[in-house]
Amino acid sequence: MAKSYANIARTKFDQNAEVDFLIIGAGASGGIIAKELATAGFRVVALEQGPYLSEKDFVHDEFKFMQQRAITNDYKRQPNTFRHSEKEEAKVQPAIIYGRLVGGGSVPFAANYWRLHEIDFIERSKLGPIAGTGFSDWPITYAELEPYYTKAEWDLGVSGAPGPFDSPRSRPYPLPPLPIKSSGVLAERAARKLGWHAQPAPMAILSKPYRGRSACAHCGFCSYFGCEMEAKSSTLTTVIREAEKTGRCEIRPNSYVRQIEVNKAGLVTGVTYFDENRKERFQAAKAVVLSANGAETPKLLLMSKSSKFPHGLANSSGKVGKYLMFNGHANAGAVFEQQLNEFKSVAVSRIIHDFYNCDPKRGFYGGGGLDTRFVQYPLGFAIRGLPPDAPRWGREYKRMLAEQYTRTLTVLCHTTSLAVESNNITLDPHVKDEWGLPAVRVTYTDHASDLKMMQFLQDRAKELLDAAGARKVWARPVGPQSFGFHLLGTCRMGNDPKESVIDKDHRTHDVPNLFISDGSSMVTSGRGQPTCTIQALAYRASDRIVQLAKSGEIKSAL
Amino acid sequence: MGSKTISRRRFFIESCAGVSSAWLLSNVLDIPFAQEHAHQAALSPTPTKLEFLSPEQAAEIEAIAAQIIPTDETPGAREARVIYFIDRALATFASDDRPAVMKGLDDLQSRVRKRFKNSGKFSELKSKQQIEVLKSIEKGSFFELIRTMTVCGMFADPSYGGNYNEIGWKMVGFSDDFAFEPPFGFYDQESEAK
Ligand SMILES: Cc1cc2nc3c(=O)[nH]c(=O)nc-3n(C[C@H](O)[C@H](O)[C@H](O)COP(=O)(O)OP(=O)(O)OC[C@H]3O[C@@H](n4cnc5c(N)ncnc54)[C@H](O)[C@@H]3O)c2cc1C
Repeated sequence: MAKSYANIARTKFDQNAEVDFLIIGAGASGGIIAKELATAGFRVVALEQGPYLSEKDFVHDEFKFMQQRAITNDYKRQPNTFRHSEKEEAKVQPAIIYGRLVGGGSVPFAANYWRLHEIDFIERSKLGPIAGTGFSDWPITYAELEPYYTKAEWDLGVSGAPGPFDSPRSRPYPLPPLPIKSSGVLAERAARKLGWHAQPAPMAILSKPYRGRSACAHCGFCSYFGCEMEAKSSTLTTVIREAEKTGRCEIRPNSYVRQIEVNKAGLVTGVTYFDENRKERFQAAKAVVLSANGAETPKLLLMSKSSKFPHGLANSSGKVGKYLMFNGHANAGAVFEQQLNEFKSVAVSRIIHDFYNCDPKRGFYGGGGLDTRFVQYPLGFAIRGLPPDAPRWGREYKRMLAEQYTRTLTVLCHTTSLAVESNNITLDPHVKDEWGLPAVRVTYTDHASDLKMMQFLQDRAKELLDAAGARKVWARPVGPQSFGFHLLGTCRMGNDPKESVIDKDHRTHDVPNLFISDGSSMVTSGRGQPTCTIQALAYRASDRIVQLAKSGEIKSAL
Repeated sequence: MGSKTISRRRFFIESCAGVSSAWLLSNVLDIPFAQEHAHQAALSPTPTKLEFLSPEQAAEIEAIAAQIIPTDETPGAREARVIYFIDRALATFASDDRPAVMKGLDDLQSRVRKRFKNSGKFSELKSKQQIEVLKSIEKGSFFELIRTMTVCGMFADPSYGGNYNEIGWKMVGFSDDFAFEPPFGFYDQESEAK
């Protein structure tokens, strides 16, 4: 429990001294890299723009965490703009969401923790090119990443059991699946009828006590909330504490990096950031690891222009910010005769991967997974949780709210997004944030195949709900997305420096002492739930970086 | 801020108009809030006082809220003290919405006066007449705003001033517990029993 960590002496380095590694963003990836590098003996500073919170801050308050966005990015202080295509003028509107605190998205995430499959890494060679896209193979295979998937699952604590479509694993899950919910039982029943397979959902939440942390108490406040039990395996609750215990890692919160600095030789020397009083400071480092997520990482590179790097740092390929992938999301809803009480316990207990692979017979590219859940707290439910044809006020509205809150179920469909160059992150030319830095501008239109895949899976979702015996099933029309939880692909990994931003060691092609590891590294989107892969990559990147450093390949640029 | 400022109100309205799939929605609702304020009032033993609205305005808004979530066999918006939530919202975080609310109330008054040839007070109409009036404005932004505020006042944590005695939560069958044990619902219980 928290007590054992409360009293650890926090390391604070002299801010004028050079550290070995500076990590930008103490999120899902940055937290892991901090621990791995500090454990390997290096002096590490992680600069995080958000606050350093702890379990006592994670109260059950829908209004505060969902409506006021207490731990996710705040659109008033850091607005984004959105447009569907380059031809449009981007409008100020919420277009991305991420955890903005020490621990990043691993704190508010729902903790669905899917590995990619072997096919995800080599799909382009299996299927051939797709015109108008940057569809590519990864420069690494599933087999190369597998040890790091295992490491992530064991180091952080993941509950689950392998399913029939999973790729091979070298070790079982460290913890058994969490208890099945009504949504899971219905998924199993319906899948059996349809000849599909419902498997236990892999969740980064403890089903049993693990390494001094307590098991999940099923309070139901996971998605958007931090876990007050330490049962959700966020980096805040796990690796970040271990990093600090080495005495070689300082986590510096409320530190918003605005520029990565380089010298005449084109090497990184450190970063300039705003401290909590908005005072500009410089922190020197021998090498920098950028882990600020798929939106903020490209933003920072694009802002870090210099005479040597006129188009932004590490951007000789022009691919920084390009190939943004959100994953596709569709859903279908239903009401059942009896109470499910989905507000209790973790979000998901069963998933369905029968449609994971691309099937040429469908006539379009794509694959995906389904899960059954109903993550709605009462306020959100009353605003938009009833079927679309329900009244919006009055006696009948009230009656339906009362009857259906505990009886509603949705099937969420998580699908592929193709890498399309015109889907991207750029700097908004007009809108600035509270610090005077340019707003993230998102340009995004789902590829035609992505939309077809969402539609295909939404149709399966309706079948599933019918087969489960729902009293009423509905679905809102599938359409182009304008909002992303998954921020992927914007500094993609590859062997060709003209086509990618980082190499397979996560080192930028252009700057030998600048590394990037986070959602931006992904080459394809997978079928949703990217964080398991993002974190496996972070473990692998750390290993590669340690090896390079130990072989003397990373020298101080000063 | 930069050359464009963000309209809080726009988020508020857009979130209700519904932009993307349901599970994305709740996080684009923009309601920053003066919490401390709310906490104080919620803890205060004396009857809550209006801070922004006049009693007449409050009566009109409360009458609308009471049609949105009516009192029938079970308590509704009135008993959940939604009006105090709304008043505090207008006094604090939603001050940008004051002009819209005031204009909405004025329009409502002229509409009522014209239709029923009375003083124009919505709250003095019979329930049937109120419903008729609301049906004529239910597509507009004023109604949408009051609906959103009513729902927030009904279901946000009681410490914000509404949802008195957890009336809203009890109504839908939600409970905020530190821990639950399986079985959680009917179907998992049923399958466990087999
Ligand atoms: C509500 C919600 C539910 C989700 N559920 C799931 C799920 O069930 N399964 C799943 O796989 N994924 C889920 N996700 C997505 C998941 O959170 C992300 O995929 C994951 O956190 C990305 O990891 P990352 O390391 O790329 O970035 P992040 O975890 O976002 O970390 C980046 C960190 O860098 C910080 N930062 C950014 N810019 C700067 C700067 N300039 N200076 C200093 N610090 C900076 C950020 O504040 C942040 O802490 C969910 C996300 C949300 C918001």
